[in-house]
Amino acid sequence: MVNLAAKHVVGAHYGLRDWLVQRVTAVVMLLWTLVVLGALMWNGGFDHASWKALWASDLFRLLSFLFVASMLWHAWVGVRNITMDYLKPVALRVAVQSAVVAVLVLYLGWTIQILWGSAA
Amino acid sequence: MSTPPPVARPTRPVYLDLTSIRQPLPAIVSVLHRASGALLFLAGIPLSLWGLKASLGSADAYASFATLVSHPLAKLVALALVWAYLHHLLAGVRHLLLDLHVGIDLAAARRSSAIVFVLAIVLTLGIAIRLW
Repeated sequence: MVNLAAKHVVGAHYGLRDWLVQRVTAVVMLLWTLVVLGALMWNGGFDHASWKALWASDLFRLLSFLFVASMLWHAWVGVRNITMDYLKPVALRVAVQSAVVAVLVLYLGWTIQILWGSAA
Repeated sequence: MSTPPPVARPTRPVYLDLTSIRQPLPAIVSVLHRASGALLFLAGIPLSLWGLKASLGSADAYASFATLVSHPLAKLVALALVWAYLHHLLAGVRHLLLDLHVGIDLAAARRSSAIVFVLAIVLTLGIAIRLW
């Protein structure tokens, strides 16, 4: 029998998930970056028309949305690590972390607006 | 299972003056990984989203955006962010390889940190030459 009481682990239990999230989102961003570099080389640079045509593609918009969502989640894990290292007063840390979450969610909304809004 | 007896706390002085300790290159690359990440969060993401929005507008909006970005100061800001992106990306790839136990002995880890450090700067300089 496993003694569950003796096995009890303390902590917030998001360490492994964050570790994995940081890596999976990094790979997503790496792949998107290679796609964009490939498109840039294939096109030999962009003018206004070809730049708009690239962003008019539904597939590219979805891939870019995946990129931005990955980036914002990745940024959250990284910025939280930084706040945990340098901001010791709990009130200050919670205030900064709350502001960071609010800003990241705003960025996600802004991204949706740019990708599927008036620019379409 | 009994808990091990408490270890006596060392009473030796702790010497952690970061400015006078000579940091090995992997440590510098690691510090720059964090610094570049912070820079990308603070400036890279908002400026990129703003730039994307500006560049996807009408032909006139695109032209005024292109004029603004061609200003030397704007180019310097863009280059700083390009360096941050490249350094963060390359240091991240190095991290993923270390996770896969690729290049974990000391000599290889030092070499890969030098590659990350130099390649990010060389690629940024290459883009700088293209921009000017």
